[in-house]
Amino acid sequence: MARSEAPWEKSQELLVKAEDVTDPNFGHRPEERPPEEYLRFGLINLDKPAGPTSHEVAAWTKRILKVEQVGHGGTLEA
Amino acid sequence: MTGVLPITLLEATKVVQALLYSGKEYVCLMKLHGDAEEMRLKNVLKEFEDVIYQRPPLRSSVKRQLRTRRIYYLDFLEMDRRNVLFTVGCEGGTYIRKLCFDVGEVLGCGAHMQELRRTRAGPFLEKNSVALQEVAYSFAEYQQTQDERILKRFVQPMERALTLVPKIYVRDSAVDAICHGASLTAPGILSLEGEIKAGSMVAIFSLKFEAVALARAQASSEQIMDLSHGVVAKTERVLMPRGTYPKRWKSGGNANEQKSQ
Repeated sequence: MARSEAPWEKSQELLVKAEDVTDPNFGHRPEERPPEEYLRFGLINLDKPAGPTSHEVAAWTKRILKVEQVGHGGTLEA
Repeated sequence: MTGVLPITLLEATKVVQALLYSGKEYVCLMKLHGDAEEMRLKNVLKEFEDVIYQRPPLRSSVKRQLRTRRIYYLDFLEMDRRNVLFTVGCEGGTYIRKLCFDVGEVLGCGAHMQELRRTRAGPFLEKNSVALQEVAYSFAEYQQTQDERILKRFVQPMERALTLVPKIYVRDSAVDAICHGASLTAPGILSLEGEIKAGSMVAIFSLKFEAVALARAQASSEQIMDLSHGVVAKTERVLMPRGTYPKRWKSGGNANEQKSQ
């Protein structure tokens, strides 16, 4: 019985094998995606209220944002 | 139950598997069925700060086999007669309801989970979460003003979900092949972040910090650093659309390697 390191407590070491540059004409840094793309590849850190199920909450978000598909990361049910 | 629930939109839904197995943290209100002395209760809670056995409950979508789950930490917060408040950090897929039941069994008096609030899901914290009302309000405001900054208030790039996943940064020239499902080979690798073990899931990233794909590592970090050729990771879930980066499969050294094979 002992406290162990949670994934978010672990340090993330960077090991560099080689160096290169990236072409600015292709792709975007995530924060710089144009709005429509930003939404398409986005997620919401939602504070789920009591009452509805996780699936219902995801469905509401889908309706509010008018998107064709949503998913959620881990059911929070009673 | 309330708390942190990451909702992925459209294409971002592909990162969901990275979240399902990520660590979680909860604040739990447990109700004891009998009186227990605080010191004894604290000791019993500490006994569960370990790898524990659990079988999924009747109402679950997973196979009901006995499995182990790790409790990273279990911190007693306060106790008021038969009400016990504690924080718990655990592996994804841990049933806190069952944990409370088992604590009750060990104590002898029995117990049940009264209330649960998730304070963390992988890298996502309660303090950074938004309420449904805020999503609705902010989205309406965005639609009216078309101000992108409003979107950023409640939507995050899917890459955020991969914060805790070990990463392999690759050259631009390696990106499109991976988007077509090709495995990642050594020459395409620039750097590694986090501890990679053979068989573990890794996220392949571009130099612009875009998620390219989720893959299965074929070697450890140390081994990868020494490899000059060969498959390093097998692509399992492509995240970036094809054609985002130019096709460079048949150019230069790689093409000669392929022809001679």
